[in-house]
Amino acid sequence: MLSSAGFAKTWQYIQLFKEGLICTLSLSALTVVFGFILALIIALVRLSKVKPFDWLATAYVEVFRATPMLVQLFIVYYVIFANATLPTFKLFGFIRFERFLPGVVALSMNSGAYLSEIIRAGIQSIDVGQTEASRSLGLTGVQTMKNIILPQAIKNILPAIANEFVTIIKESSICYTIGVQEIMYAVNATKGATYRIAEPLIIATLVYFCLTFPTSKIIAFFERRMSRGDKR
Amino acid sequence: MATNAELIKVTDLCKYYKDGSLKALNGVSSTIDKGDVVVIIGPSGSGKSTFLRCLNLLEQPTSGSVVFNGIDITKKTYVNSEGKTVKLNIDEHRRSMGMVFQHFNLFPHMTVLDNMTLAPIKVKKMNKAEAEKKAKALLKRVGLEDRADAYPIQLSGGQKQRVAIVRALMMEPQVMLFDEPTSALDPEMVGEVLQVMAELANTGMTMVIVTHEMGFAREVGKRIIFMDGGKIVEEGTPQQIFGNPQSPRLKDFLKKVL
Ligand SMILES: Nc1ncnc2c1ncn2[C@@H]1O[C@H](COP(=O)(O)OP(=O)(O)OP(=O)(O)O)[C@@H](O)[C@H]1O
Ligand SMILES: [Mg+2]
Repeated sequence: MLSSAGFAKTWQYIQLFKEGLICTLSLSALTVVFGFILALIIALVRLSKVKPFDWLATAYVEVFRATPMLVQLFIVYYVIFANATLPTFKLFGFIRFERFLPGVVALSMNSGAYLSEIIRAGIQSIDVGQTEASRSLGLTGVQTMKNIILPQAIKNILPAIANEFVTIIKESSICYTIGVQEIMYAVNATKGATYRIAEPLIIATLVYFCLTFPTSKIIAFFERRMSRGDKR
Repeated sequence: MATNAELIKVTDLCKYYKDGSLKALNGVSSTIDKGDVVVIIGPSGSGKSTFLRCLNLLEQPTSGSVVFNGIDITKKTYVNSEGKTVKLNIDEHRRSMGMVFQHFNLFPHMTVLDNMTLAPIKVKKMNKAEAEKKAKALLKRVGLEDRADAYPIQLSGGQKQRVAIVRALMMEPQVMLFDEPTSALDPEMVGEVLQVMAELANTGMTMVIVTHEMGFAREVGKRIIFMDGGKIVEEGTPQQIFGNPQSPRLKDFLKKVL
């Protein structure tokens, strides 16, 4: 059970948690960026209705949404990257790149599937009158998407994208299973060294909470302010 | 009889919805000359908007042709002056046709000035300073020179529609299409928009206007088209249409709206 001696022991390994925090944040930030780019491509392909591509994109989204994240992560790490020889340098001096990269790829592919649905809905929510006005001025379909539709759609879904960041922070913990040195990895390593489990888990809980709770509150605040701006 | 003043020639235009069970346009033919001010009237659902939207291909007609400056823009290709068959770029033709919508359709994320300069900059490759100068001159013409930096949400309905009109004028179109430009406005704002349109007609702009404003149609229209059931039922000068209607359907319609 919990004890002050246990905390004292765990505290000796606090450096691992600091590194875990940096790793979790890098993992999540990169995932949001790459996930977003992937999601945008998937959403545009699906909306383009160009037959085989549209079908493939739909299949991609459905498969990723219907299977467990852990299975996806293992397939990426143990199958797709199995024969790839990745450079073995260490990010920030400690993050093993050859494990970090597959983690980012798997999380991004998963997040991209979910975000694409959000982006697609965001694009579809823009009044067709916007497209008609733009096309009637002689702008091409691509120019219309870039200058008229996407700026409005992205602004509308910004809170949803920020919430996805919070979700990814939590879900990225799964990457400890392939040896990415994020927060749960620190828990495991501390457990191995101290034979304590409760105290490292409490610390991990606190770190996750301090990351996600304020972020969610800040997003909610801006969401309220933005919707007020739209009403006037 | 084709004259060299002919700008748009529509022949046997049809637009079907729901696999042909709904004939929004059922064989419409008409010619719009340069400088014409054509007002389209008719009951709700008679195909007025559909006709207008087929003119700039916002709606792809089911059959028939729309010849604009001698080129049938409903087809994928056309034969150029050298006799070669080339791909038709609809965006190029749309530039020359301004359109004003019932619900303004200003871009809410851009200022009035950016709304106006976007297309000239992106499509005509006009430089920004030149485009802004032109925009400000047009805003002045419609009494909105002080609203250049406002966002659409900060404008009244009448102001929005005046901006929408000058936004279309920025591209120096050869024809302006209006689809019920005053129908979404509070009554006290209708006048300011109609006045801008009347002034535009006085400058010699070719205009095709769908409206329920019969007073405006009579005063500003050079030609009135009465549509019903996807067809042109009667066509003539304001005097003929309002003063001496022939078809029972037009008589019936006028009795209801006047
Ligand atoms: N996209 C569409 N899909 C199906 N039916 C349509 C579509 N657009 C128009 N219609 C139908 O075509 C017919 C003609 O419509 P249109 O909008 O051209 O009429 P209108 O004369 O402009 O009427 P209003 O005065 O109400 O604007 C109507 O029966 C309408 O319901
Ligand atoms: Mg209509």
